[in-house]
Amino acid sequence: MTDFPWLTTLGLVPLVGALVVAALPSARELLAKQVALGFSLVVLAGTIALALQFDSDGGEQFQFAETYEWIPQFGVSYALGVDGIALVLIAMATVLTPVCILASWHDVDSDRRSAKGYFALLLLLEMFMIGVFAATDVFLFYVLFEAMLVPMYFIIGSYGGAQRSYAAVKFLLYSLVGGLLMLAAVIGLYVTSDGGPKAFLFENLLGTEMGTGTERLLFLGFFIAFAIKAPLWPLHTWLPDAAAESPPGGAVLLVGVLDKVGTFGMIRFCLPLFPDASQWATPAVITLSVIGILYGALLAIGQTDMKRLIAYTSISHFGFIVLGIFAMTSQGQAGATLYMVNHGFSTAALFLIAGFLISRRGSRLIRDYGGVQRVAPMLAGTFLVAGLSSLALPGLSSFVSEILVLIGTYSRYEVAAVIATGGIILASLYILLMYQRTMTGEPTEHTSQMADLNTREAWVVAPLIAIIIALGFFPKPLLDVINPAVDRTMEQVGVTDPEPAQPAAEGARP
Amino acid sequence: MNTGLTLAAEFETPSVEYRLLAPMLIVFGVAVAGVLLEAFMPRPFRHETQLGLAVAGLLAAFASVVMLAGDYSVAASGSVAVDGPALFLQGAILLMAIPGVLATAERKVDVGGVFAPAGSSTPGSPAERLLVAEKITQTEVFPLLMFAIGGMLLFPASNDLLTMFVALEVLSLPLYLLCGLARRRRLLSQEASLKYFLLGAYSSAFFLYGVALLYGYAGTVRLSGIAEAVSSEAGNETLLLTGTALLTVGLLFKVGAAPFHSWTPDVYQGAPTPITGFMAACTKVAAFGALLRVLYVGVGGLAWEWEPVIWGIAILTMGVGSVLALTQTDIKRMLAYSSIAHAGFILTGLVGTDAVGADGELLGVSSVLFYLVTYGFSTIGAFAVVTLVRDAAGEATHLSQWAGLARRSPVIAVVFTFFLAAFAGIPLTSGFTAKFAVFSAAWAGDARVLVIIGVIMSAVAAFFYFRVIVLMFFSAPAPDGPSVVVPSPLTTVAIAIGAAVTLLLGVFPTYVLELAGLASQFVR
Repeated sequence: MTDFPWLTTLGLVPLVGALVVAALPSARELLAKQVALGFSLVVLAGTIALALQFDSDGGEQFQFAETYEWIPQFGVSYALGVDGIALVLIAMATVLTPVCILASWHDVDSDRRSAKGYFALLLLLEMFMIGVFAATDVFLFYVLFEAMLVPMYFIIGSYGGAQRSYAAVKFLLYSLVGGLLMLAAVIGLYVTSDGGPKAFLFENLLGTEMGTGTERLLFLGFFIAFAIKAPLWPLHTWLPDAAAESPPGGAVLLVGVLDKVGTFGMIRFCLPLFPDASQWATPAVITLSVIGILYGALLAIGQTDMKRLIAYTSISHFGFIVLGIFAMTSQGQAGATLYMVNHGFSTAALFLIAGFLISRRGSRLIRDYGGVQRVAPMLAGTFLVAGLSSLALPGLSSFVSEILVLIGTYSRYEVAAVIATGGIILASLYILLMYQRTMTGEPTEHTSQMADLNTREAWVVAPLIAIIIALGFFPKPLLDVINPAVDRTMEQVGVTDPEPAQPAAEGARP
Repeated sequence: MNTGLTLAAEFETPSVEYRLLAPMLIVFGVAVAGVLLEAFMPRPFRHETQLGLAVAGLLAAFASVVMLAGDYSVAASGSVAVDGPALFLQGAILLMAIPGVLATAERKVDVGGVFAPAGSSTPGSPAERLLVAEKITQTEVFPLLMFAIGGMLLFPASNDLLTMFVALEVLSLPLYLLCGLARRRRLLSQEASLKYFLLGAYSSAFFLYGVALLYGYAGTVRLSGIAEAVSSEAGNETLLLTGTALLTVGLLFKVGAAPFHSWTPDVYQGAPTPITGFMAACTKVAAFGALLRVLYVGVGGLAWEWEPVIWGIAILTMGVGSVLALTQTDIKRMLAYSSIAHAGFILTGLVGTDAVGADGELLGVSSVLFYLVTYGFSTIGAFAVVTLVRDAAGEATHLSQWAGLARRSPVIAVVFTFFLAAFAGIPLTSGFTAKFAVFSAAWAGDARVLVIIGVIMSAVAAFFYFRVIVLMFFSAPAPDGPSVVVPSPLTTVAIAIGAAVTLLLGVFPTYVLELAGLASQFVR
């Protein structure tokens, strides 16, 4: 069944779901939620089927490829395809969507706005997430990259917290500025390319001849857009607002998946399309990402608002991911890709459990909590596991990726790796301090009546914790898929791993 | 008497190719018939008959444009060019005029329609009160519109400067009148009309003076003749440059480019809203068509001289439009500044003179043609939506009144958001494809800096479009806010056409892009 348009189908199912949910009568809220969950589960099943057919040693870079002419005058094709990197990110997105839908079950009930709208937007967002990771045409990628802002904007702006309108506009403006710079670069790329009706296909753009100046300009156009999206310090200031004001489900998809489009874009487009400019920019990017790692972690320690704290931890983690990508070693890049997935799951767990906590007490401030582990042990325990994964405790998923990134970086940029390691220490501070302040001690008058996780919430948390633990012990299936894709990227950039000072034993690479 | 006869004997009768001129002849014919109908038709049937006649005329004219496609030559002794850009723009104007006329004919949202019962009566006079009490509204707007459309069809097709001037006046005079015919806030409307007339007359003078100087330079007003003179470098260059500059000023005024834009906000605000939409779309199309023809055909050999000027004007126009729009509190004025900003974006495409596509099409021309189509349809739709948001005093155009509109009428809010997204250039709307087209033409024409400035200005512009979206969706509605009136099918169809084209050209622009590419060559 290789001819079956798997990826298009995978994208169409959530779109159909969004339309169906939007068309249901407003009074049938429960039905709308069930339908939305159903559609997202169908997509998940489809992704699993896709992943099982994926051949990690396949000769072609992109599998399940589909290419049709779209706007030949601009050299634009409708082209989809996945390599290992895209596949794991799509898998992460399709796992997180049903989890978020289930987690958001009652989040919008009290709202004046229709609940079905929220679930329709989540499904619409899922379509764009699948599309953006699967696009192998730069123009199509750009279109989805920008169009994705719209559902997210409405999720934050319509269903968010008190400052939602400010946060939504800030999110949108930052992203639009980045997006439009990228548009300028996309146009420049088109004009510089060989032209023709398929000019924008990734394969056709590889190795385009361009002058050093043009290449750097185009690289910057793409990179700044991705750096805003990721977000990389100092372009990060929109994220804490957007993530804190967004409803928990939206925050998970925003931080867990949407922001990954930035780092995905760097590894998929920036490096292979502009290899020389990427190497030219490497020192600057590495510096920024190391600053981001420490800055995000330090600010996270100082936060009083749980959701903002988690958002700042993500800024620190994105520093690691970008560091791994630009270290230009296969370990660094494989680690960064794995980090994208692991960060998605651990941040999702943190955001969602924090969301459950907030929905019980009605406050996002850390000081309003205390002693929760006495009254709600399951809630506290899962929060701890998610937090420990976030600080990269060995045995939990983030550890593998963080260590890979650091090893990969060390082999080329020792100082940067050493400083970045400081981020791990800070990470244990911010996570454990938050845990201590909210969960340990005597229950306060507000938390003493707090209920533990109910069945629905347990079903939300269980798969995330299971994945975190499973990937912590056995990341091999993911790495098997990621490694060939990373090797190909390294080849396209034209870099090789540095020779180790002491020749390592055979098979040292994970 | 005798001299008259001798002159007639020497005078060669101009050949008139009726087939090539059919689109314009049909529209002018309908306009004249409309005047007669206004005089002789019994009043109860006038409105419907006028509307039917106008739409039928537009469709017939469009059909004749389609039949002429590919058949390029000059007509009327060389004073009218029937070529790709002319036919493409004529077709575009005719198709845009249909939703424009439909929205104009709306009579359900306000009793008696949006127009004054009789344009000639003094506001507030007994005569006017009598007409209001009798529920009588004259229908002279239809012939006026048709005359304006006729002028617009001729304007981009004019192959000599005198014909172009005549077309300019034919399209402008009815518009001046139409601007002053608003039923509500008549004084504001008449003020708009007067301002438009005075500044328009002023710019016509510029235009005419430019024509005179160019005639002095080349000895002819025919564009091909001027082009020949330019390429042979004969004549007085001062005359050429001054003449070109003055002529361009006259055209840039009609386009609404800075620094000749100051009439736009006042006129757009004061004119009856459907007329504003029609004017914003169709006048811009016609004027850009004429500008393209003058710059590419007439003084194409001077591109080195005028390109930097257009650069500057494009930057200024984008800047003025985008930045001043930020400060507006009236939705119509905001859309007016937005139209100025879009004139700037279109001008960036025009700079790509030496950008040639894969099939030899001139990207500078084809991207402008495409942009005009996308912008026109979205604009007509957006202004038609504005007519529906009303309170007791008429249209509620103050931005604060739009707060929480999504709560009152989600469908209208979503449709308006879609138009705004198109203006902001969000992908999957026509505005994005169009921006891509003009910016890539400019980049290919080595105007990279212009593209980057254009992109930054797009971001600024996006801010004020999204401010309206924030207001509609995320703000609490005011307690005595306006309501959204359910219109008759006329406005509904107009909005639907606008939205459908905006979506279609955003997702499947191939066909129209191809058409614009094929239509990018001028005859000389």
